[in-house]
Amino acid sequence: MHELYRSVFEPGFFASAQVHVAASIGAAVAIVSAVTGVFTVMRGQSFAGHALGDVSAAGGSGALLIGLSPVAGFVGLGIAGAAVMDMIGVSRLRGRDLATGIVLGAAIGLSALFLFLGTTTSATTGATQQILFGSIFTTTSSTIEAVVILGAIAVGSIAAIWRPLLLSTVSLDIAVARGVRVRLVGLLYMLALAVSVGLSSLAIGAILSTALLIGPAAAALRLTKTVTWALAVSCVIGVLATWLGILLAYDSYYWGSAHQSLPVSFFIVGLIFATYLASGLPAARAVSRRRAPALAQAADRDQVAA
Amino acid sequence: MFAAFMMNAWITATIVAVVAGIVGYFVVLRGSAFPAHAIPKGAFAGAAGASLLGINTLIGLAVFSLLGAVGIGSLGRRGRHDVVTALALVLMLALGAAFLSRTIEYEPEIYSLLFGEVLGVSTSQILPVAVLGIICIAAVAVLYRPLMLSSIMPEVAEAKGVRGYRIEIAFLLVVALATTVTVPVVGALLIFSLMIGPPAAARSLTSRPILAMVLSVTIALMTVWIAIAASYLYNWPVGFFVGAGGALSYGLGRGWAAWHRAPTSRFPAPPLTAG
Repeated sequence: MHELYRSVFEPGFFASAQVHVAASIGAAVAIVSAVTGVFTVMRGQSFAGHALGDVSAAGGSGALLIGLSPVAGFVGLGIAGAAVMDMIGVSRLRGRDLATGIVLGAAIGLSALFLFLGTTTSATTGATQQILFGSIFTTTSSTIEAVVILGAIAVGSIAAIWRPLLLSTVSLDIAVARGVRVRLVGLLYMLALAVSVGLSSLAIGAILSTALLIGPAAAALRLTKTVTWALAVSCVIGVLATWLGILLAYDSYYWGSAHQSLPVSFFIVGLIFATYLASGLPAARAVSRRRAPALAQAADRDQVAA
Repeated sequence: MFAAFMMNAWITATIVAVVAGIVGYFVVLRGSAFPAHAIPKGAFAGAAGASLLGINTLIGLAVFSLLGAVGIGSLGRRGRHDVVTALALVLMLALGAAFLSRTIEYEPEIYSLLFGEVLGVSTSQILPVAVLGIICIAAVAVLYRPLMLSSIMPEVAEAKGVRGYRIEIAFLLVVALATTVTVPVVGALLIFSLMIGPPAAARSLTSRPILAMVLSVTIALMTVWIAIAASYLYNWPVGFFVGAGGALSYGLGRGWAAWHRAPTSRFPAPPLTAG
C-alpha cells in the first residue's frame, strides 16, 4: 500500500511550496475560467476568449518594457481589446469573427514589437516562451492576491448580470422583446471575460488559459441539461484536471532516467482534451441507438404524434 | 534596400502576400478566422517537434498543419466548431511546449518562427515556397465554384449536391498548405494578420468576388512591401508593420465604406430581416 502511495505521489509533493502555490492559484483560476467559460461556449465566443489571452499577453510584454506591473498590462490591454471588439461588432454573429481577428492581428503585431524591443534592450531571456506558454510553477505567492481580487470581480459581475445574460445568451429575440439591453449586457460580459482571461493568462500562461476556459465548460454542457449543473460540473472538471496535471508534471521528473520534467500545460491540456472527447460518448451512443430500426419507427411515430 | 541580399525577401514576401490575399478572401467570406489563426499557430509546434527530431522544419509544419486541419474539420462536424478549434489549438500548443522542454532551442529561433524572419530568407527557400504557393492558388481555382456557393448560400449548395463537410475539409487543407508556405517567412502569428486585414478591407470596398480578390491581393502586397521597407529603414520587426498595416487597412476600408454610403443613408432602405 505504502509502495503504491509512494509511486503515485513522488517524494516531497505535499511539502513543496511551489506545488502549494501552483495548486491554489490553479484551482482559483480554474473556477473563474469555468464560470466564464460556460457562457463563452454557449455564446459561441471561444475565438474571442482565446484572442483576449493573446491580446493581454501583448499588454504584459508592453508593461514589462516600460516598467509597469504585469497585472496592469495584462488586464488593461485585455479590457481595451474587448471594448474594441465589441465596438467593431463582436455582438453581431457575422461580424464577430472578423472583429476578433482584426483586434488579434493588431495585438500580435504589438507583441512582435514589444518582445523585439524587450530582447534588444535588456537581457530577459525566455521572455518569448514565458509570454507564449507561461508556467504555473513560476507564479509567485504575490500573484495570488491579484488573482483572487480580479477573479472575484469577474465572477461577481457575471453573477450581477446573471438573468439578463442567460436570457440573451439562450434567446436573443426573447431578450430583446422583454426589454433587456442586449448590447450593454454583451459589453459587460465581454469585459468580465477580458478580466478573467487576462488574469488566467498572467497566472498560468496563454495555452492553459484557453484550455481551462473552453474545455471544461464544453464538456460540462454536453453532459448536463441545466446551466447551473453545467457550471458546477465545469468547475469540478477544471479543478480536477489542474490538480491531476500538476501531480503528473511533478511525477514526470522521476520517469525514465532523463530526470527532466514535462511541462504542466502538456498534462492539463491532455486531460481536458480527453475529457471533452469522452463527454461526446453518451450523445454518440444515443444517436446510434436511435438509428436502430425499431426505435427509429417509434421515433417517427412520436414525431408524427407531436 | 534593393541590394542583392534583400531580393530574396522581396520575392518571397510577394509570393506570400498573393497566397494570403486569395486564401484570406475565403477565410473572411466563410467566417473561418479562428481556424486560420489556429492552424498556423498550432503548426508552430510541428516545427518545434521537427527540430527535436532533427528533420526539416517544413515537414514538421506540414504534418502539424494538415493534422490540425483534418482534426478541426472532422471533430467540428459533431461538436461546436469554435470549441473544437480552440481545443485542437491548445492540444497542438501543449505538444509544442512538451517538445520545447526537451530541446535546447535558441530563443531568437522561436521568435523568428512565431513572428517571421523575412529578411533572412535564403535562396534555397524560394523554390519550395513558390511551388507550394502555386499549388495553393490552383486548389482555390479548382474549388472556386463549390467553395463560393457553400460560403455564401450553404443551403443552396447542399441542395445542389455540394457536400458542405467535404468543402470545409478541403478548404481547411488549403489553409494548412498556405500555412506551410508562409510560416517560415512571415511567422506563425503574422500570416493571420495578412489573411484577415487585407481581405476584410477589400470586402468592405466591393461586393464583387473577383474584384474583391484582386483588391485583397493588392492590399496584401502593399502591406508587406511597406512593412519590409519600413523594417529596413527603422530596424523594427517586420511583424509589427504587417500587424499594424493589416488593422490599418481594415480601418481605412471601413472608413471609406462608411463615408461612401453616408449620402444614401438619408433615404433609408426598408429594414432587412437578419439572415
